[in-house]
Amino acid sequence: MSGVRVLVGTKKGAFILTSDGKREKWEVSGPHFAGWEMYHLKGSPADPNRIYASQTSGWFGQIIQRSDDGGKTWFQPGTPPGETTGPGGMPKGESNKFVYDTSAETGKPLTTHQFYDGTQHPWEFKRVWHLEPSLSDPDTVYAGVEDAALFRSTNGGKTWEELSGLRGHGTGPQWQPGAGGMCLHTIVLDPKTEGRIFIAISAAGAFRSDDAGKTWKPINKGLKSQYIPNPEAEVGHCVHRIAQAKSRPELLYMQKHWDVMRSFDAGETWTEVSDNLPTDFGFVIDVHAHEPETIYVVPIKSDGEHFVPDGKLRVYRSRTGGNEWEELTKGLPQSNCYVNVLRDAMAVDALDKCGVYFGTSGGQVYCSADAGDSWAPIVRDLPAVYSVEVQTL
Amino acid sequence: MIRVELPGHLRALAHVKGEVTVEVAGTVSVLSVLDAVETQYPMLRGTIRDHVTQQRRPFLRFFACGEDLSHEPPETPLPEAVVNGKEPLLVVGAIAGG
Repeated sequence: MSGVRVLVGTKKGAFILTSDGKREKWEVSGPHFAGWEMYHLKGSPADPNRIYASQTSGWFGQIIQRSDDGGKTWFQPGTPPGETTGPGGMPKGESNKFVYDTSAETGKPLTTHQFYDGTQHPWEFKRVWHLEPSLSDPDTVYAGVEDAALFRSTNGGKTWEELSGLRGHGTGPQWQPGAGGMCLHTIVLDPKTEGRIFIAISAAGAFRSDDAGKTWKPINKGLKSQYIPNPEAEVGHCVHRIAQAKSRPELLYMQKHWDVMRSFDAGETWTEVSDNLPTDFGFVIDVHAHEPETIYVVPIKSDGEHFVPDGKLRVYRSRTGGNEWEELTKGLPQSNCYVNVLRDAMAVDALDKCGVYFGTSGGQVYCSADAGDSWAPIVRDLPAVYSVEVQTL
Repeated sequence: MIRVELPGHLRALAHVKGEVTVEVAGTVSVLSVLDAVETQYPMLRGTIRDHVTQQRRPFLRFFACGEDLSHEPPETPLPEAVVNGKEPLLVVGAIAGG
């Protein structure tokens, strides 16, 4: 492995940051898709040159972009630039089309969820929050969308099909939007147990499938959320992020709206591990690439004040799977800093030492090439960062 | 030949500069013009009208010859000046957001 490629989605375009294994000098490419909201970009583990991107806009809707050359050039899958639809040819523009499944065959055309005011509200597609390429097939990719649902493409993003067992399993009418909308924002594909998928929704909670997405069950036992009528309800929790220890895939960590949680049993039960954090509100959580019990969070002051506490940007690291946290500040601003770090904006590389990356609402992307001991900004002045992913090349 | 002026972001998406022109057979309306635009530039499908409902996206409006046509039925014939190419159909994004 010779280097890293960091994929950054921002409010006004995408940026690609590349470096060698030292991670000291960086080349910056972008903005790609200037002016568009880039919710997420992620590369295929099976083919690092294959990158999927979610390009979205309040004006023009959802666009899926794909690169087959590591981000140098992009196209909408199935619709190369300038190509027109031939008579009888495959319909074009299908790569942007996300249609909820209401078919009789799959049986459960769930039509409403809970709205902010408690009334039932129809499902309406808004955007793709997260793209998760298959671990083994570059042409298979999952999309987590708002209003919350899971879609899959098996043809490189040309067409999308909903895995409707998630919305149809029965608790959908109890799901409700969080402040950012009702989004499916986390997709974790299990590297050891075939067909096992974890997802998380704000504000519904975490769910697991053990049959490649056909059927689902809520996995929220142990979560306590004071902002819902039954704090220990089966669903309704505002899970912000789930991270998996790849070498021990049954070991999961969660940053909830409030509370940092851990599960030793693939989500069957959760235990709070916030302990000495200055606040246990936050969005991101991630796991060291080689140490399953070394985890990282960025505490945020509160749900009403989406910025770091005390004007200090601090990453917190636990080497014991939670409960004992140390603050990491070297190279990070320790005064007059009031940025947020959103749920998809932290990633780790697989180099030795493990690199840790995160992006802020102030447009900075920070890198630690020594597992969090020290930090340096790669870039300081991008638009607000929505997502950060890293490919180890 | 019908002239259509697209918002900048959609021109970038379609890889075009300036106005686009399309041929329309039969009645020239917002509906038939957008059908022709989407056939010629398939990457724009879903960006002006919703993929499923075919409804105009809320932050877009249609103008021609100084008139706001956004709320006319989409089959309504466009003004003669658009039909004969003297005036473009304007697809305009709302001035909103940051």
